[in-house]
Amino acid sequence: MAVTAEAGERTERGGVRLRVASALWRRPWARATLLLTPPLAWFILLYLAALVVLLITAFWQINPFTTSIVRTWTLSNFTTIFSSPAYRSVILRTVGMAAAVTVVDGIVAFPFAYYMARVASPRARTALFVAILLPLWASYLAKVYSWLLIFTHDGVLDWSLRHVGLSQVHLIYTNWAVFSVFCYIWLPFMIIPVYAALERIPNSQIEASQDLGAHTWRTLRSVVLPLALPGIVAGSIFTFSLTLGDYITPLLVGGTSANFIGNIIYTNIGIANNVPFAAAMAMVPIVIMAAYLLCARALGAFEAV
Amino acid sequence: MESRGLRIALRIWVGLVLAFLFVPIALIVLYAFNRSNIESWPISGLTLHWFSVAWHDPAPRAAFLLSVKVALISTGIAILLGSAVAYALYKFTFFGREAISFLLVLPLALPGIITGIALNSLFSFTGIKFGVLTIVIGHATFCIVVVFNNVIARFRRVPGSLAEASTDLGARGWQTLRFITLPMVATALISGALLAFALSFDEVIVTVFTAGAQNTLPLWIFGAIRLGQQLPEVNVVVTIVIALTVIPVVIAARVAGAGAITRSARNVPVAESGAGTAGDG
Amino acid sequence: MTTPPRAVSRSTKTALLLAGVAVIAAGCGSSGGGSQAAGSGGTATGTSGLTVPTAHLPVLQKIGKGEGQLNLIAWEGYLNPIWVKPFEKQTGCQVNAKYAGSSDEMVALMKNGGGGQYDMVSSSGDADLRILYAGDARPVNINLIPSWKDFFPAFKSPAFNTINGVHYGVSLQWGPNVLMYSRKDFSTPPTSWSVIYNPKYKGQVTVPDNPIQIADAALYLEKTKPSLGITDPYELTQPQFQAAVSLLASQRPLIEKYWSLASQEIFDFKNGNATLGAGWPYQVSSLKAAHFPIGDTIPAQGATGWADTWMLAAKAPHPNCAYMWMRYISTPKVQAEQAVNYGETPDNKLACGFMNQIQAGSCDQYHANAPLSYFHSIALWKTPLATCDNGKQDCVPYTQWVAAWNTQVK
Repeated sequence: MAVTAEAGERTERGGVRLRVASALWRRPWARATLLLTPPLAWFILLYLAALVVLLITAFWQINPFTTSIVRTWTLSNFTTIFSSPAYRSVILRTVGMAAAVTVVDGIVAFPFAYYMARVASPRARTALFVAILLPLWASYLAKVYSWLLIFTHDGVLDWSLRHVGLSQVHLIYTNWAVFSVFCYIWLPFMIIPVYAALERIPNSQIEASQDLGAHTWRTLRSVVLPLALPGIVAGSIFTFSLTLGDYITPLLVGGTSANFIGNIIYTNIGIANNVPFAAAMAMVPIVIMAAYLLCARALGAFEAV
Repeated sequence: MESRGLRIALRIWVGLVLAFLFVPIALIVLYAFNRSNIESWPISGLTLHWFSVAWHDPAPRAAFLLSVKVALISTGIAILLGSAVAYALYKFTFFGREAISFLLVLPLALPGIITGIALNSLFSFTGIKFGVLTIVIGHATFCIVVVFNNVIARFRRVPGSLAEASTDLGARGWQTLRFITLPMVATALISGALLAFALSFDEVIVTVFTAGAQNTLPLWIFGAIRLGQQLPEVNVVVTIVIALTVIPVVIAARVAGAGAITRSARNVPVAESGAGTAGDG
Repeated sequence: MTTPPRAVSRSTKTALLLAGVAVIAAGCGSSGGGSQAAGSGGTATGTSGLTVPTAHLPVLQKIGKGEGQLNLIAWEGYLNPIWVKPFEKQTGCQVNAKYAGSSDEMVALMKNGGGGQYDMVSSSGDADLRILYAGDARPVNINLIPSWKDFFPAFKSPAFNTINGVHYGVSLQWGPNVLMYSRKDFSTPPTSWSVIYNPKYKGQVTVPDNPIQIADAALYLEKTKPSLGITDPYELTQPQFQAAVSLLASQRPLIEKYWSLASQEIFDFKNGNATLGAGWPYQVSSLKAAHFPIGDTIPAQGATGWADTWMLAAKAPHPNCAYMWMRYISTPKVQAEQAVNYGETPDNKLACGFMNQIQAGSCDQYHANAPLSYFHSIALWKTPLATCDNGKQDCVPYTQWVAAWNTQVK
């Protein structure tokens, strides 16, 4: 009442701007529309439309000689992918790699994030935060190239092993190299959400658990881990999807068995110019990630993000 | 809570992870001084030659400026659109709210190559010319999502009572927004913007498919890597970028992750925090 | 998001409906871009019957003022600052380079988004026809390039860049795909391509990641298994094709890395990851410049090779700069610079003298004055088509080469 009376007084003095503001105040849907239209227009007209165009293209073909797109509807791209053992193994290999990278990064990130969130002093925490963010600014390509130097014959790794007295290994151009580099590159993307989730756990809940008689490990297992799970799942979305579609790391550090979904898509678009086949192949990671997202939502990931 | 033994073990783990994270970075910096233009271990000799090459080479400079330009525009778009949709999704309930949330997860959840080829197909289909505009469209799409995630997470943790109190005290919608809401989400906005800028600056996969003949810095780096004659120059450029970004990153860490409002949530007594976390999801 | 997951929410259904409408709209919509050159329908079986869509476009009559920029798609090593910087200074055209490592990449880049981003491409014989018939190149006024008169006859109007007397670019240089070997491990040069198929060298071999490698296998089989009857490594019947693919599949355990970027082969030889390989003279020159003991040879069975053209893009945004570049890159001195630095053979007769000035003996070394017999000993890249040169229709077309490479070899 007091508000309306005051607003009423001000309307007489305020003018158009105030009238608009009041009108908007009384009509929440108008405010919502105003706020939502630009971002939604962007996403629907650009992003969603792009995905739809890609989906449509997957059902087309190309003229084999000129590689121009021929708009005849066909399922042949999909049948090629699913009936060919080579492509099936590519899909399995990629999913396996993505899962492995996600699990290992989760294991490596958790103690680190725990230390950062709950043990480190505020100054140490800032320093650690800087330490994680800084590698994001070093070019992805330059970092992967450095790993070549580490894994190459007589490279940093071989040199270190020799000095410790162990025998040399041959990791370059193997899927172990690809796996290691993936784990390395995506690690900050796993640490940050896990840290965010761990940081939010109220001290009181930990204390309550201890008051009830739980030891450290029991508290970690039954209280901290479940509360941090949304963060872990959110981080895993990044590591899984980033690995699922990457072609540059397999191209640079992978060998003859480093054929992943990303490589197939890339060679078909950037080299063979078979856009419809690349689009059909692209549907595979989309379906996989859609399934992953549904599981993640069930586990509560989106509450932490 | 943690025993001393556990703390020591954690410290060792942190040390190992930090070493793991920084060995390749150290190699990048070291090989910026490589005498030979082919990388091999151990390093063949040290020279400052490549620093002067990089300084006088117009190509990486143009690429760097283009990357900065694209990142600034994309982050600007992201700040506006990302916070708008975060605010709308937080405050209002309406038909399609869940679908929008799902749509907004896609650019980060789907691999970059899919965003890249999808946009490439769209641009070819509609005849939009490949250039700076198409690069910005590609980058801004995921930048919006990054800012959105950060801002809506903050909104969920901020008590709605403050805004209500402001309105009760007679502030107009605009005033509440400016004096109460905005300051509360400011640090989340800044950290989201900084992360979006960083992701856009180093973005390569989407850019490969949405760029025309121009080079952003990652594209120039990829060209230099495939050529193989200027690898130390690449390392020089990357080293300079790392050096330039140390200060903003330190500021970002202090503002966003390690300080401010987020910490207080941990020390709130049980009853309130119980209500807080329940209302968060 | 506190609402529990529902089977299919209202908003999801709406989205699906909208997507469905879009699909129908696109299908019924206007024809638009694609398949301009599909005059022969879905499967082009040969070049006979196909027309170049851009043949009628007018050519530039006079080179005007430079536009200040030039966007080039080039092989790694083709845009060395040694000759690019003087060009930029002379003409004011700033060169922007996009590197490509295979003919397929070049074709794809030229097509991207309907063209209009790049001015020229240094395409090899196996890419030229594909670019031409897709309508991505335009006619060139060869009279605006004075040095063309001094080219070897074989490269003045070759079939890969001149159709019915219309030029679509200017020939550049040509060269072989050589057998590279590390002189640390091989004190005497290998004399046969059999070394890269020999299980003794498991894990030491590197070859290009390029479907056109099947022709290298076919060339080797031509000489070592005459019963197959291969006469042209790019025109293979199914049995001949399968034999080549099987040879490459059996080679896979020996391969350390299929290189896609020239620098990968350079890195691998330098660091000892590979001791044998097939590569371009560019890698050899780079390793020699870095003082690595690299050797290269053309073995007894001969070699495949490539002849490059600077092709003019149909929608080139900077045509004047493009002509200035063609004019510049054909002159004897620049031809010599490129030949010596890369390691290839120039198309300009007059380059020989300049080559010896830059590096004594280089004219002979890179066969710049070699007889026609050397030229005929190299099987230059060309696009494998279903129509063989003898008119028969049973040759394997390139799309099958790509499919076989990706699924059976790699």
